[in-house]
Amino acid sequence: MTALMEAPIDTRTSAPALLELRGLTVDYGGARAVDGVDLTIHEGEILGLAGESGCGKTTIANAVMQILRPPGRISGGSIVFRGEDLVGKSDEDMRRFRWRNVSMVFQSAMNALNPVMRVGDQFVDAMRAHERIDKKGALAQAEQLLELVGIDPARIRAYPHQLSGGMRQRVIIAIALSLNPELIVLDEPTTALDVVVQREIMQQVEALKQDFGFAVLFITHDVSLLLEFADRIAVMYAGEVVESAPAQKLGTDAQHPYTQGLLQSFPPLTGPLERLTGIPGSPPDLRNPPAGCRFHPRCPHCTRDNATLYLRQTAERPVLHEVAPGHSVACHLVEEGTA
Amino acid sequence: MRWFARRLGFYVFAIWVALTINFLLPRLMPGDPVSGLLAHLTPAQIQANPGIVHEFETLLGGTHNSIWHDYVTYLGRIAHFDFGLSTSNYPTPVSEVVGRTLPYSMFLVGVAFILAFVLGTAIGMVAAWRRGRAVDNVVVPVFMALSALPAFFTALLGLYFLGLKAHWFPIQHAYDSGVTPGFNWTFLSSAFRHSQLPILVIIAAFTGGWVLNMRTVMINTIGEDYVLMAQAKGLPDRRVMTRYAARNAILPPLNGFAPLFASAIGGLVFIEFVFSYPGAGLTLQQAVLGNDYPLAQALLVVLSICVILANLLMDILNLVLDPRLRSA
Repeated sequence: MTALMEAPIDTRTSAPALLELRGLTVDYGGARAVDGVDLTIHEGEILGLAGESGCGKTTIANAVMQILRPPGRISGGSIVFRGEDLVGKSDEDMRRFRWRNVSMVFQSAMNALNPVMRVGDQFVDAMRAHERIDKKGALAQAEQLLELVGIDPARIRAYPHQLSGGMRQRVIIAIALSLNPELIVLDEPTTALDVVVQREIMQQVEALKQDFGFAVLFITHDVSLLLEFADRIAVMYAGEVVESAPAQKLGTDAQHPYTQGLLQSFPPLTGPLERLTGIPGSPPDLRNPPAGCRFHPRCPHCTRDNATLYLRQTAERPVLHEVAPGHSVACHLVEEGTA
Repeated sequence: MRWFARRLGFYVFAIWVALTINFLLPRLMPGDPVSGLLAHLTPAQIQANPGIVHEFETLLGGTHNSIWHDYVTYLGRIAHFDFGLSTSNYPTPVSEVVGRTLPYSMFLVGVAFILAFVLGTAIGMVAAWRRGRAVDNVVVPVFMALSALPAFFTALLGLYFLGLKAHWFPIQHAYDSGVTPGFNWTFLSSAFRHSQLPILVIIAAFTGGWVLNMRTVMINTIGEDYVLMAQAKGLPDRRVMTRYAARNAILPPLNGFAPLFASAIGGLVFIEFVFSYPGAGLTLQQAVLGNDYPLAQALLVVLSICVILANLLMDILNLVLDPRLRSA
């Protein structure tokens, strides 16, 4: 594991920290899916987590909830929620914590609801696992929540297959709101949906956030969506955070070559269409990640032209350095001032 | 509902096919089944019942009518459950022999099969949920080994060790000698005691299949997002296992119920033979060995209908358990 690095102090956000990951490390057998990640989510903010498939975004979400599938396990670091470390909590304490404090909207809207259970019952069991409430009261609350996300309350009696993908995702968001949690994890919530529905749902989440005041950990590979909705964005590559910055700053002044590549992989939402370049190559094997900077085999700035820099890039792990208030980058180029 | 109507249509067709094959089989046999049959009766018996030759001919072929005429007569008689007289139980009507022996078999297979299903599904569920733990590592292999043995061999082992050596169970027949069948306590308790060992053997032979089936599907189901979400919802572990994972995992194995039931009825012949249990299986075996074609024919019809009814029952259960089928 890397040495614990100092968590970047975010001077822009005055709200107290809600969830802090400190050197979080998750192993899947021999593969280190998340390697020493530091991340802070403040109350009421939307933190975007971006990166390619398999970079460890979802693993972070599942680690926070401690619902990692074997052989996945948290092998180091801590997950601090309101000053209390969740790692090492008893099963029953963790069970009580889930959904009450942090709820989660899953990747596949199509598949996250139990197909043989009525929608209403899937609200009821979440509520009754945490609160003393009778079924009638819980169903009445569920109807209100459905109305809040723009679904006919009569749908409480529907089965998931009777709803469209967008409706299912709204239902899941309504279920996620049912215990009024402080943090909602959105794990690629719109990937399975078409672009129009994507935007509608994200706008709805933003509006609900105003009313309920929850914080959001928004995980997606779609950076353009993050630029629009997130307050801050952290970019992950091969199990590490390589850059984190306020959303606006990241959009205009990305420092890490990987972030730059990621931004060029999506068409701009407004303005003229530019040529998309993308990032050549594919993410490394996490069982045997490259030495030095993990991005160096794909990095356009890693060449033998500059021998000393090349040596550092291929042998020394870069650490996060603050380049501007609230903007940290882990890159040798930035440190050397050649970026 | 349209799905169900289609299934129902299919079963009617299946029953018709079974009846027709049953009609054709004796007619396709080399030689003359009727004379073979009559050879089992004494001349006095034949003389006492002059219509019997014609009766057998209409059932098995050999009349001078056209085959279509025979076919229609045959279907008509089956509709009235008239299969003629059994030669090995002469002159008892076949329907009476079937009515006397079938309930034993249905009780045996019905109870054993439901118990095997419940037990196997429960073990498979727990084994998948706690993979690599005690149930998965010990109980699953034991049932796998048991189900790998042929049913008659398991029956012999049970008979020898649990019946002959340990004296835990009676070793033969459906009830104690000296007890008259009837709806009274002496008979029912005796019949129940005699059914225990055969039931145990069927459970031993068939539970393994359910365990493996359920375990495999359940492991896949555990990977589904709705199971993950149920855990994230902070539901108690048991509820996630039963209401989310197992409740969905049970649907595919349920479709395997009917074929397995059919093979259990096939295995019944051997198990009843080992235990001298006077059910439909043993009777079928005796009917075949004794060339009692009317009886064999009737039992085949009845057993095929039982299998088809089991299929139908499973379809209804499927409809109850899976809302997606209801709206299809």
